[in-house]
Amino acid sequence: MSQIERQVDIRPPQGHIEVEDFALSYETIEGSVEAVSNTHIHVKPGEFVSIVGPSGCGKSTLLNAVAGFLKPTSGTVTVDGEPVNGPSAERGMVFQQYSLFPWKTVRENVEFGLKMRGMPRAQRERAARTLLGLAGLEAFEKHYPERLSGGMKQRVGIVRALATGPKVLLLDEPFGALDAQTRVIMQQILTNLWQRMKISVLFVTHDIDEAIFLSDRVYCMSARPGSIKAEIPIPLERPRQQSMMMSSEFLALKRGLMSLIREESLKAMGGEISDLGMQGLNIDLHGHSLAEIL
Amino acid sequence: MSSSAILRHQEDAVTTSVVAEAEPAPALDPTPKRAVGQLAAQWYRLNKESLRGVAIGAISLFLFLVVWHLLTTYRVVFFVRFTNVPAPLEVYASFTKAIHDPKFLMHLLLSCRRILIGFSLAAVVGVPLGLVMGRFKLIHEIVFPVAEVLRPIPAIAWVPMAIMLWPTNEQSIVFITFLGSFFPILVNTLHGMSLVDPVLVRAAQCLGARESSIFREVYFPASLPHIFTGLTVGMGVAWVSLIAAEMISGQYGIGYFTWEAYSLVQYADIALGMIAIGVLGLGSSLLIRGGGQLAMPWRSK
Ligand SMILES: Nc1ncnc2c1ncn2[C@@H]1O[C@H](COP(=O)(O)OP(=O)(O)OP(=O)(O)O)[C@@H](O)[C@H]1O
Ligand SMILES: [Mg+2]
Repeated sequence: MSQIERQVDIRPPQGHIEVEDFALSYETIEGSVEAVSNTHIHVKPGEFVSIVGPSGCGKSTLLNAVAGFLKPTSGTVTVDGEPVNGPSAERGMVFQQYSLFPWKTVRENVEFGLKMRGMPRAQRERAARTLLGLAGLEAFEKHYPERLSGGMKQRVGIVRALATGPKVLLLDEPFGALDAQTRVIMQQILTNLWQRMKISVLFVTHDIDEAIFLSDRVYCMSARPGSIKAEIPIPLERPRQQSMMMSSEFLALKRGLMSLIREESLKAMGGEISDLGMQGLNIDLHGHSLAEIL
Repeated sequence: MSSSAILRHQEDAVTTSVVAEAEPAPALDPTPKRAVGQLAAQWYRLNKESLRGVAIGAISLFLFLVVWHLLTTYRVVFFVRFTNVPAPLEVYASFTKAIHDPKFLMHLLLSCRRILIGFSLAAVVGVPLGLVMGRFKLIHEIVFPVAEVLRPIPAIAWVPMAIMLWPTNEQSIVFITFLGSFFPILVNTLHGMSLVDPVLVRAAQCLGARESSIFREVYFPASLPHIFTGLTVGMGVAWVSLIAAEMISGQYGIGYFTWEAYSLVQYADIALGMIAIGVLGLGSSLLIRGGGQLAMPWRSK
């Protein structure tokens, strides 16, 4: 449905992220540490793409480079053909830590980006109210963040990042600190917002269920130095429902992804693995041979 | 479509459940009379702790007066001598006399004016300097060494220098008050700047905030709690410095009044001067705390 809507939209499609030959090293006292190497990813306009991988594999590093907070050591990061040069309102970001301004009310937080753009007060108040309504937060517009639950804080964070109408939304394990029930609700709210805004999303998580449930495509990163190990399209139909997480299709995707990640985690710890359940999977191997993965 | 219906349903469930949590028993009670009673009961429940504190505080102050009274009426000598110390009632008598005395009021007003000018100057210079030093490394590198050398010098040690520097006595006293409060304000502002959460700066950056906006919208409000700590400490030191300066080089002012009372053997006035200083110090720090609550509504419960 959203696919058709996007096709009739007159605007040229926006939010095409391309990361080519990407590598990034951190300079430390012990020398330079390669966090990410030889990485290619892309997100098509309006696509929802997740990155999963073991802890420390460089997911945040990659995302921060797309946001413009880090410069790649080599390679390029472009959005709609324009190289990324520092942070901008074109690329909204939601952080793993709660990052609302404690001195602003919920509505003022959401208005912040519009204020920076010079939108008149009355207009941005209206825009913020509308957005808060979409996330079920209209009752809390006058609250200070301190009085919100973790789930509400992250909802405000997402709404704040969307308020300026960015081309892409970057999320770094935004639901990592939330309990299972809240996560599920947050995932549906995020899906809902994404479909309404027709925005490209790059989503970092270590929760495989979450990645499959939300995404059109999932990238699986290898252990340090991180690079893309596999790319898995998620052909599940939309709108997706909670009950789908029990379907055999979902479980097959999950089994495949889990074994990939388990192998990588073990590799990171210097272990070996033999059993894999990847039947019925369509995996793009990105230059790795099947023997290498199995 | 069914999923969006489910979603909406769930959103509502989330919202209503949290609203219910936030406001227990809204309009459960239709009669306004009982509602007022309930409100009072709720107010009492919320403020029980602070009411207890106020009650104990009042009792302890009363006991202090009683002990003071007993020590002076019986002229106790036990290591310290209470022979010449005025009794609370004597001090009260000289207080009732003093409040009708324009000279006493002038002493008070002059001290307040010196504090107001000296402290305000310190805040107006110290806070922006601290903010700028915290943001721009070069300014920090230039100013910090000088500040570190001057900071340990107590304001009172500046008295002779101040008299040489400034043409009038009044100006040198204000200068010393300024110096006393300047360094605590500067150091605390700087400390606040160093603790600003970098994630908030990043969040502002990817919402399109430029340098000046980040300074105004992130660094400044994030540092406000420490700025107000600096102002509170600075106000305390301002009074210390002012009273010392008035006693040494002053004409007029409540510090001078207290010292003069000693020279004129008006013992009750010594205690009166001390109490006046205490009350003024307390009042000014309460003013700053009130200002802090106004400036930082997100921090008050
Ligand atoms: N500032 C830094 N200086 C040096 N090394 C760093 C720095 N930041 C990250 N690293 C290293 O780079 C690697 C990748 O870090 P990154 O934070 O991107 O991992 P991640 O995949 O996001 O992990 P997690 O899932 O735990 O958040 C890690 O091994 C980390 O130790
Ligand atoms: Mg991370």
